[in-house]
Amino acid sequence: MSDAATPDSAIHLEGVSKVFGRAGTETAYRAVDGLNLDVRPGQMLALLGKTGCGKSTIFNMIAGLTEPSSGTVRVQGRDPFADFDSFRGKMAIVFQDDRLLPWRSAIANVELGLEMLDIPAAERRTTAQLWLTKLGLGGHENDFPHALSGGMRQRVSIARAFATNANILLCDEPFSALDESTAARLRAEFVRLVKENNKTAVFITHSISEAMEIGDRIVVLKRPATIAYDVSFDGDTGRADRELIRSRIGEVLSA
Amino acid sequence: MSETAPEATPLPAALLLAAAKRLGMSVLPFVVVILVWQFASLFFPRFLFPSLIDVFWRCLQIFSDGSMFADVLATIFRILAGLAGAFIVGGLLALLMVRSRAVDNFLSPILTLFQGIPALSWVVFAIIWFHGVEFRIFFIMVMTTLPAFTFQVLGALRGMSKDLMEMVFSFRPTRMKLFRVMIAPAILPDILTAWKVNLGNASRVVVVAELVGATGGVGYQLLQQQQLFDMAGALAWTLQLVFFVLIVQGVLTLIENTAFRYRAVAERSL
Repeated sequence: MSDAATPDSAIHLEGVSKVFGRAGTETAYRAVDGLNLDVRPGQMLALLGKTGCGKSTIFNMIAGLTEPSSGTVRVQGRDPFADFDSFRGKMAIVFQDDRLLPWRSAIANVELGLEMLDIPAAERRTTAQLWLTKLGLGGHENDFPHALSGGMRQRVSIARAFATNANILLCDEPFSALDESTAARLRAEFVRLVKENNKTAVFITHSISEAMEIGDRIVVLKRPATIAYDVSFDGDTGRADRELIRSRIGEVLSA
Repeated sequence: MSETAPEATPLPAALLLAAAKRLGMSVLPFVVVILVWQFASLFFPRFLFPSLIDVFWRCLQIFSDGSMFADVLATIFRILAGLAGAFIVGGLLALLMVRSRAVDNFLSPILTLFQGIPALSWVVFAIIWFHGVEFRIFFIMVMTTLPAFTFQVLGALRGMSKDLMEMVFSFRPTRMKLFRVMIAPAILPDILTAWKVNLGNASRVVVVAELVGATGGVGYQLLQQQQLFDMAGALAWTLQLVFFVLIVQGVLTLIENTAFRYRAVAERSL
C-alpha cells in the first residue's frame, strides 16, 4: 500500500532532517529525522500525527519557509527554499487560522496572490469574485474580516489559495478551529474543489476521520517526524478495508 | 453555506444625537477655559490677563497681515520639514536596526543618549556648529524628534504579525510588493501615532529654536511680545501654533478614521 519514490514526483523529500537550536548541544531539538516522502501529481496526501510530531515543520519545509538541516526537498523538481521566488503562483497555502489581512476587504484578500502575479486589476477582481461566489460568499465581497464569522473567514482564505490556480496546495489543519458542522461542510467543498481542479494537495491534520475523508493517501508520523505508517486508497476501497485502515492508524498513533 | 454576520443598524436620529453629544463633550473643556480666562480678565491688569476679545483681534491681525502670516508659515514649514527629515532618517535607521542585530546594538544606545539631551542643548550646539539659521533649526528639529521616530517605527516593524507576514511570504512577493501589501498598512497606525506625538514635541521645540537663533517665525515674535510685555500678542502668536497643531491633528485623525475603518469597534468601551 505504500508509495515508492518516483522521479516525476510533485513533492520529493529525501533524508530530510530538521534540527532547531545548535546541533549537538543540549538545546538542540530534532523535529524531523531522515524523512523520505514522495507525493505524486494529483495526489491528496493527508499527513497525520499527534501534536508536536513535526507535521508543521515538514509543511514549512515543503512551502520553502524553513530550510532543512540536511537532506533534499524538491517541489516540481526545484528546491522551494533556495528557488523561493520561482514558486510564485505555483504553490498556495491554507493555514490553520484564516490569516486574512484585516485592512483588506474579503475580495481584496482573495486578490492578494493574484497581485503578486501582476494580473491586471479587472481580471483579478473577476477571478476573486468567482471564487468567493463558488465558496458561498457572494454579497460579502466588501466586508472586512472582522465582520465575517470564523467559517466565512476560513472560506475567504480557501478562495485566496484557489484563486492563484496553483498546482500545489498545502493545508495546515485549516478546519481545526471551526465547529464540526461547518468544518464538515468546508471539508467536502474543499475535496470537491481539489479534485475538480486536479491539484496536488498536502493536508496536515491530527484527526483520523478528517484524514480518511480528505486523503487518498495517509502518512502517519511519529515523533521526531518519521513515517510510521503509509497507506493509499481510493473510491473503490471497501468499507471493511477502510475500517481496517482506520483501526491500524489508531494502533500506530497510540503505540 | 448561508452564514451571516448580523449587524444592528442604528437609527439616523440616534446617530445624530450621539454625534452632537460627542461634539459637545469635546468642545466643553475649551468653553470652560475661555470663560475662566475671560472672567479673570475682568479683575486682573491687561498685561496679566488680557480680554480674549483683544486676543481675537490680534489673531485676526496676524492672519490678515502678510508679513506676520509669513512668520507663521515659516514656523509651520520648519516644523514639517524637521518632522519629515526625522521621519525619513528614523524610518531608514529603524529598517536597518530590524534587519541587523549588530546595527541595532550599535544605534540603540546612541539614540537613547540623544533622547537624554535637552532641546536647548541642541540649540546651543547648532548655534556653535552651523552658520545658516534655517539649517540650524532643521538640525535641532531633526535631532530632537529622531530618537522617538526611530524607536516608534522600530516598535511597529517588530510588532508586525509573524503569521500574516508568513502568509504574505507564501505568495512569494517582491520586496516592493511586500512593503505595499503588508509592511506599510501594518505599521501605518503606529506611524500616525508617532506623527501625532512628535508634532506636539516639534511645535514646542521649534519655538525654543526660533527664540534663540532665528530672525523670524512664531518663536521670534514671542520674544518681541515678551520684550513689549504684551500678553495679548504673546497669546495670539501662541494660538497660531495651537491652531496649526489642532489642524494637523485633525487631518491625521481624518486619515485614521478613513484608513482604519476596517477595525472592529467594541460596543463596550474601555
